[in-house]
Amino acid sequence: MNGLKKGLGLFWMILGPVSIIFLFLQAYEKVGLAAEGVEKTNTALQWGIILFIFIPISAGLVIFGYYALKGEYDQLSEGSEEPAG
Amino acid sequence: MNPELQKNSIFKVIGASSLGTLIEWYDFYIFGSLATIIGAQLFPADAGASALINTLAIFAAGFIVRPFGALVFGRLGDLIGRKYTFLLTLVLMGGSTFLIGLIPSYSSIGYAAPILVLILRLVQGLALGGEYGGAATYVAEHAPANKRGFFTSWIQTTATGGLFLSLGVIVLTKNLLGADDFAAWGWRIPFLLSILLVGVSIYIRMKMHESPMFTKLKTEGKVSKNPLKESFNNKANFKMVLLALFGATMGQGVIWYTGQFYAQSFIENTCKVDFNDSRYILLWGIAFATPFFVIFGSWSDRVGRKWIMLTGMLLGIIFYRPIYQIFLDDTDFSKVTQQDISAVSDPVITRTAINGTADSLVTTTALVTLLDGSSYHKVQSHTKFAAADKPVEIHPELLKDKKLSTPVFWKFVFLIFFQILLVTMVYGPIAAFLVELFPTKIRYTSMSLPYHVGNGVFGGLVPFIATLIASFSGSTPLSGLWYPIGIATLSFVIGAIYLSNKKPVEAEIED
Repeated sequence: MNGLKKGLGLFWMILGPVSIIFLFLQAYEKVGLAAEGVEKTNTALQWGIILFIFIPISAGLVIFGYYALKGEYDQLSEGSEEPAG
Repeated sequence: MNPELQKNSIFKVIGASSLGTLIEWYDFYIFGSLATIIGAQLFPADAGASALINTLAIFAAGFIVRPFGALVFGRLGDLIGRKYTFLLTLVLMGGSTFLIGLIPSYSSIGYAAPILVLILRLVQGLALGGEYGGAATYVAEHAPANKRGFFTSWIQTTATGGLFLSLGVIVLTKNLLGADDFAAWGWRIPFLLSILLVGVSIYIRMKMHESPMFTKLKTEGKVSKNPLKESFNNKANFKMVLLALFGATMGQGVIWYTGQFYAQSFIENTCKVDFNDSRYILLWGIAFATPFFVIFGSWSDRVGRKWIMLTGMLLGIIFYRPIYQIFLDDTDFSKVTQQDISAVSDPVITRTAINGTADSLVTTTALVTLLDGSSYHKVQSHTKFAAADKPVEIHPELLKDKKLSTPVFWKFVFLIFFQILLVTMVYGPIAAFLVELFPTKIRYTSMSLPYHVGNGVFGGLVPFIATLIASFSGSTPLSGLWYPIGIATLSFVIGAIYLSNKKPVEAEIED
């Protein structure tokens, strides 16, 4: 199980930036398709907020993958230790 | 027995916490339920700037301010205590809801009206971000380890209860006043009523004592000096925040919003089921399923939280597409034959001028009733141009306002019930799961952020992203489901591989 946890870590690290690139492409396409004026501004505003909130989440997925790759989650299979805080 | 419990029974703790949280959800939902009327009363009629303010009110309040509120109030809760922090969120939420009910109309104060709505809506989002973590933490820190799932599951019923209460108050007010008075001024009553509910809740919460675990930390001088730094700058804790988000709350959020919001929207807008029927189906589904929050919360005390939550996600992944296919098939009246029809009403013909031109849209509407008791409005329309040489343009026939036969109605109730049952599986145990991941000194901060990112961002975006996917070329009405299915699959895989299935005995939460 620990091998799988580590192996998938690399996948999560790749998935983070790939999902952001996908969102950027979608934003570019949808803002481009919107009619000039208020609709374009409104669409740009929606996508701006979505990108603003998803970029840190995507960075979090990369860090999660990095921790998994480094074996930080290996000991959790039997019952996680409470973090010291 | 915990000495605190001797003075203040756990059920008072649960009641005081749940009531306040239920009111906060009520406050949050009445805005959404009355958005159309608020738009008409407080926003200018032209699209222009009002569309932007509306977008900000919907997107920013839900997706940015809620997680931000989780950080602000989570930090406060870990510094000064749970009791005073979730009292503050209650005051902010209740106060802003009450004030929305007092905002003069756009015709009286112009653009100040929508701007005030936006500001108060942002305060609502901020307060909601701080409330849930406080209530869940407060109850969990009073509960014995072997009943933590059961006790915190009452908090979990409040979101659904708040939705139910908001719909109930709105329907009752509208029925008492009539549609015209409700639209003119009666819509303010549900907002103004909030101050009474909040007043009662504040009174009850003021009488409560601080969480025993936090009190102990405070007495020992072990309260965190910088909860944000300790939560997110400490690898041992931050890795658990990430695990909670990607392995649990992210999947929980999409299951929650798909079952309770997207399903109703799909039945009403995609299947074109009658406005009232689509709401009654949801209300029945909620009523039957709500007790299961407590059942699954309690069960998680015996078998652990992990697999109950993940089973809810897995069942959603497997059954969403077949369920929504049934919704489509059972409301498809396009293949109705003459033998199926029991009556057709006289057609009502209306003519509407198009943008002030001499062209007109001619619409013919007839009510078709079928032998099985179902009915629908058949709408045929064409555009008639003023220019004699331009031919009439015939538009596709539309079947709408579908009323379902009794067996199909109850079949839909069952399918909605089943989806909300999945919600109760993922949501019932999650408060206990989250509080057990983090130590007392930074618990409020650490659990609030993954909850509000998972629930607010991933869940809250279900309608937007599902609609976006449905707009891709080659998509079908079911394509939008790939978003909740995809996110739930990702969360299921991460949860299944990385989460541990802690039993309550193992999961004694730390000081």
